[in-house]
Amino acid sequence: MSVSQMVGAKIHRREDPRLITGHGRYTDDLTRAGLVHLAVVRSPHAHARILSIGVEAARKAPGVIAVFTAKDFKDVIGGPATFPVAPVFAPIKLANPPRYPIAAEEVCYQGEPVAVVVAEQRGQAADAAQLVDVDYETLPAVMDIEEALKPGSPKAHLDQKDNIAWDTTYVPWEATDKAFKDAEVVVKERILQQRLSPNPMESRVVMAEYDPFDKRMTMWLSTQNPHWIRLFVGGALSLGEHQLRVISHDVGGGFGSKISPYPEDYIVPACAKLLERPIKYTETRTEAVQNAYAGRGQIFDIEVAAKKDGTLLGMRLTQMLDAGAYIGTFGAFQTCACLLAGGAYHWQAISSRSVAVLTNKITTDPYRGAGRPEATHAVERMIDLVAHEIGMDPAELRRKNFIQKAEFPYTQNFGLTMDSGDYEKAMDKALKIVGYEDLRKKQKELRKQGRYLGIGLSTWIELCGLGPGAVTGPATGGVVLSESALVKIHPTGGVSIYVGTHNHGQGNDTTHAQIAADALGLPMEQIDIRHGDTNEGPGFGYGTYGSRSLAVGGIAIQRASNKVIDKAKKIAAHILEAAEEDIVFDQGKFHVKGAPDKSKALGEVAFAAYGQLPEGMEQGLEAVAYFEPPNFVWPFGTHICVVEVDPETGAVDMQKYVAVDDCGNVVNPMIVAGQLHGGIAQGIAQALFEEMIYDEESGQLRSATFLDYVMLTANEMPTLELDSTVTPSPTNDLGVKGIGEAGTIASTVAVINAICDALSPLGIKHVDMPATPDRLWKQMKGASKASSNGKEARQ
Amino acid sequence: MKHKVATNVNGRAHEHEVEPRLLLVHYLRDTLGLTGTHIGCDTSQCGACTILVDGKAVKSCTMFAVQAEGRKLQTIEGLAKEGQLHPIQQAFWDEHGLQCGYCTPGFIMGSVYLLEQNPNPTEDEIRKGLEGNLCRCTGYVNIVKAVQSAAKTMAGAPAKSGSKAALTAGGE
Amino acid sequence: MIPAAFEYARASSVDEATKLLNKYGEDAKVLAGGHSLIPLMRLRLAQPKALVDINGIKELDHIKESGGKLHIGALTRHVTIQNSPVVKDKLPILADVAGEVGDNQVRNMGTMGGVIAHADAAGDYPTIALMLDAEIVTNQRTIAAKDFFKDLFTTPLAADEIVVEVVFPVAEGPHKYIKFRRRLFDWAIVGAGAQKMNGGWRIGLTNVGPTPVRAKAVEEALHKGAKPEEAAEHASDGLNPSGDLRASPEYKKHLARVLVKRAIQQAQ
Repeated sequence: MSVSQMVGAKIHRREDPRLITGHGRYTDDLTRAGLVHLAVVRSPHAHARILSIGVEAARKAPGVIAVFTAKDFKDVIGGPATFPVAPVFAPIKLANPPRYPIAAEEVCYQGEPVAVVVAEQRGQAADAAQLVDVDYETLPAVMDIEEALKPGSPKAHLDQKDNIAWDTTYVPWEATDKAFKDAEVVVKERILQQRLSPNPMESRVVMAEYDPFDKRMTMWLSTQNPHWIRLFVGGALSLGEHQLRVISHDVGGGFGSKISPYPEDYIVPACAKLLERPIKYTETRTEAVQNAYAGRGQIFDIEVAAKKDGTLLGMRLTQMLDAGAYIGTFGAFQTCACLLAGGAYHWQAISSRSVAVLTNKITTDPYRGAGRPEATHAVERMIDLVAHEIGMDPAELRRKNFIQKAEFPYTQNFGLTMDSGDYEKAMDKALKIVGYEDLRKKQKELRKQGRYLGIGLSTWIELCGLGPGAVTGPATGGVVLSESALVKIHPTGGVSIYVGTHNHGQGNDTTHAQIAADALGLPMEQIDIRHGDTNEGPGFGYGTYGSRSLAVGGIAIQRASNKVIDKAKKIAAHILEAAEEDIVFDQGKFHVKGAPDKSKALGEVAFAAYGQLPEGMEQGLEAVAYFEPPNFVWPFGTHICVVEVDPETGAVDMQKYVAVDDCGNVVNPMIVAGQLHGGIAQGIAQALFEEMIYDEESGQLRSATFLDYVMLTANEMPTLELDSTVTPSPTNDLGVKGIGEAGTIASTVAVINAICDALSPLGIKHVDMPATPDRLWKQMKGASKASSNGKEARQ
Repeated sequence: MKHKVATNVNGRAHEHEVEPRLLLVHYLRDTLGLTGTHIGCDTSQCGACTILVDGKAVKSCTMFAVQAEGRKLQTIEGLAKEGQLHPIQQAFWDEHGLQCGYCTPGFIMGSVYLLEQNPNPTEDEIRKGLEGNLCRCTGYVNIVKAVQSAAKTMAGAPAKSGSKAALTAGGE
Repeated sequence: MIPAAFEYARASSVDEATKLLNKYGEDAKVLAGGHSLIPLMRLRLAQPKALVDINGIKELDHIKESGGKLHIGALTRHVTIQNSPVVKDKLPILADVAGEVGDNQVRNMGTMGGVIAHADAAGDYPTIALMLDAEIVTNQRTIAAKDFFKDLFTTPLAADEIVVEVVFPVAEGPHKYIKFRRRLFDWAIVGAGAQKMNGGWRIGLTNVGPTPVRAKAVEEALHKGAKPEEAAEHASDGLNPSGDLRASPEYKKHLARVLVKRAIQQAQ
């Protein structure tokens, strides 16, 4: 056995030198000889009928090569009748309008493409796009989830019978009858999850070039998911996987918004084929905020039954989800909120139901956390409401109901098996770091002075590392979310590893190399990690999302490495003239059992592998492994946020933020901390700042720039205190879990719980997000009025 | 009508005829091929395009190339000298101050300006000084650390000893 | 996005700029710092036919004190005002305000004249100019601040008229400007300025209407001896702010009262 050296170490990222010197290769940095540019003419309306499209003026504009509308693509891009252009992976699809990349007769969201202009220069394409004259008849827009559900509501698409995209009951309400009958306390709340724009700093860019002689298409794009894009786009454009190469070098962030295919992913290669010119489309930020698949956009109605001693009994949860104008390819993943709403606790029973509606807004799809921040918000808010109702400390209520360490693997209420956990340990550590007892005393003192300090807990759990075939297969049309890796050892010992995950900031180039270095016993410098090119590596790769690159992708690398070592042992046995079973592999060297002095390095064995071998043995030293995880992995932790609310202005001052997280064994602590920092920042931003705000009448997005869509800067970000516990996962050989989404899953509700706790003396039990100063001020003002008649204040 | 623009970029003289509407950032990226300067927004918020013009940090998306006539420009590509990373670049690497890396050139150039103005900033001054740059990955935690650490290095304090990391990560 | 095409001309003197503006007519715009104009052009919300670049007019970049007045040239950058020993000494509230405009990069480019001429209701200089009775000097005339900010983005400037400098009174007394916003680089949700001057108070408000507002009712109440918290109750008298994405009209009025109170209390 090799001694682990790299796994667990703080290794600085090998991808950084190019990125800190300006030598990254983001898609917009690339060009081709003869490159021309594409601009998209988009609907300014949320819902309208296209009466006519006048393209003549645009065609005559300087530099214009072509102006295309839907009809021009019918022979290039398969339509709904022949192939689902943008597939929808949802177990139940009721209203599921087919999505074509460019609208022909009806536009169903602001930003839907209606025409494209290709011109020699980017500015010329933009100039000509302004000249395309589209005549619309505006139609009523469906903008509100509850309105959309009403029988008389306008339809988001004229030809659908109603707006209901799915309606799934996971466990019926009768199952919780007993819990609610036995209840001594019942608390109810409506929790709103506002729409968010993912906003990776790099907007999307698509470039395509077609070779009409060899009939090969090459696409470069900013995606989390090159192989899926090849599958979708190839299908729509009638190109086999052997004809379509998708390349994605450096990707400037994704956060879920670069998983599913976009209209331009089809349109750009289609134009490249029609015009036989290399073409690039670079999305502007305004286009990105309008059209990137949005996150959240949900309403939760929740009821919890409990005993007065704090024992949780039952929960009933309804998720109402704004699917947007078309169901997102992976949009249904967000329903996992319904399966995870029990959180870290014992429950007698939980009932849940998810209803999704179509609206005239951009599609929602997984955004960092996808369903798990919502589940965490639901359960962690309700726990605090129960605690408040029965006058129990929220930490103690959590402790009383935690699933215990000895109970793992634990089958939760929806039949999912939670792999490992020690929830109390993480909470105790966090309570100690934050100085919980002292803070509660301080809170009392400050309240006497009319100051509002609040302490919010989030004892979060999640499921990630997507995912086991039994669960993912049915949702993805049969493709299970395993992961692939190809490990090649070249004749003189250089190693190339191709993995089907991708890297858009997670540091996989480094962590994957750490895993391989240990498995192969080689220095990292000898190992190259490659991804993001469908012409390299195994037949299929599954991409990076759902905190899977380590717990699934990393294991595939380890397994492929082990396969290589298995073969190398045979070869070593041959050159050491010993029996295979007597060969020991240790720290990159092979020796005969009991004779460590006489050894062969892996490099030497590799050279031999390409030489003359005994009969029956093939040359070469490489192996492919596909790893289908037997289960999800289940990270957890406790976040505690301390805020003070200014009673005059409603401004929230974040005073302390402590996070104790457990993602199993750690490959690189520096990268784990970095993932948490960013995740926590995004979660805080949802709690306090971010929201996609639409004009409810016109359906137009009002927060379409970085001025109006409020993302926090360094100045608004509080200081974080991080710590950890380590509870290895039994699901995989490395004992690792995921950490990419944990911060976002945990932090939003920690902030909101802190604000609610701060304002509880005013009779305020719940606040909506984002908790802006205006919103909090109004609520505080309402509270002072409402307190006289005993009503809960809510704006 | 095109206009002549003569600039000095990272110590090299350039002269081009440009359309007035050509933004400085597009001149750098498309005309000069210096693609390290990025574009993250339309409205001058994100700072991904930050470069130095005559030593001052500016957002190169909010300036036309014609305005750079006769100016001295410095971009991320001109920061490392003779194969030696600038201390701020080194600090971003050492402190894990970047993830996807897209905002990073803008942050580094903004930090160069910040430390030139204020070589020994407090944490609060760093946070305020980087208000014009947005990062979606890091939560700014390690960016702030990187600037603190670079400030120390540039003030002549002994550089932190290389961890195992620094030894193994190597260059490209 | 790339702006629509336009003609470009550099002016090296105010006369030359005037001639160029006359040549191009109504569709020409003056390019100073560009931080309001260029984003609008990139979004194609502004498509001027021509830009007259005044950045080369050296005489417009100046800070001078004479006769109890502080003359700030139109092309003076925010960063220069922020760090100017003269401004810090003679009108420190203006240095404070300059230091809170945008961010480092914006302050390196943005100009006094640009902010004044743009007349954005959320701009901070217009509030200071109004509350201190500053004068806006153009290539044609001198306009009192109270006559300059007519409406949202609306000033009496003619098409060929250029702001040359803004003349503020010297005011070294207690002062405070509070800019309430979510992020440092944001525009004010509401801003409130308080300046002790000639034995009385000057109180101004930002972003509570289409133009900056001078809160005379507060000034008078203070003059009659009201406590800051009492006087500040008048800060929203007569205000009718419009709501925006950040704040409702009621909240802006509330903030006007709270921030004016705090500005007076914190003035030093």
